[in-house]
Amino acid sequence: MARFQGVDIPDNKRGEVALTYIFGIGRSSAKRILTKAGIDWNRKVSDWTDEESNKIRSVINEEYKVEGVLKSEIQLSVKRLLDIGCYRGLRHRKGLPVRGQKTKNNSRTRKGKRKTVANKKKAVK
Amino acid sequence: MARSLKKGPYIDFRLEKKIDKMNDSGKKSVIKTWSRRSMISPEFVGHTFAVHNGNKFIPVYVTENMVGHKLGEFAPTRTFRGHISKKDKGKR
Repeated sequence: MARFQGVDIPDNKRGEVALTYIFGIGRSSAKRILTKAGIDWNRKVSDWTDEESNKIRSVINEEYKVEGVLKSEIQLSVKRLLDIGCYRGLRHRKGLPVRGQKTKNNSRTRKGKRKTVANKKKAVK
Repeated sequence: MARSLKKGPYIDFRLEKKIDKMNDSGKKSVIKTWSRRSMISPEFVGHTFAVHNGNKFIPVYVTENMVGHKLGEFAPTRTFRGHISKKDKGKR
């Protein structure tokens, strides 16, 4: 088990995939990190030597905002929208899509699980 | 899609002129405007705008954080009062 950036413990996967367990790193940035550290991205995490893992750690530390730092940054920018009372802030407050999507159907990611209105009558034949 | 940087921010010419005048004379008064499309520039900070929302004018006090947004973003055009419940439906 390898630890990266605090809590994340990805293992027995290819390096490229394992790094995406860290919040803020996706497939493409994982590849970029591994290339920078000079490691083949198809190699499993368990095959990394300590030296190599340290190299990866330093690359992430220097060039990427991940986990807590990134999360707090996102929160701050959302809070700014809330505070100035603009349209996007209002949408955040109501938990509705912010970027002009329709809300007649779907948009469940923002709205959460369906809340069925009680006592809705069944259609009478 | 975002506006091309080459063009610079869009501000209604008349509105800009008004602000310049007020900044020069140091006076402050509410500016009525229909120009919701105008970007808030740093010169606007500290002024109060009455932004039209299609029905009436919504007072907007501009702070530093608002720079870069459009005036219209602060004057909502729709009012959503929730869905009608079953009880109310019969009465109407």
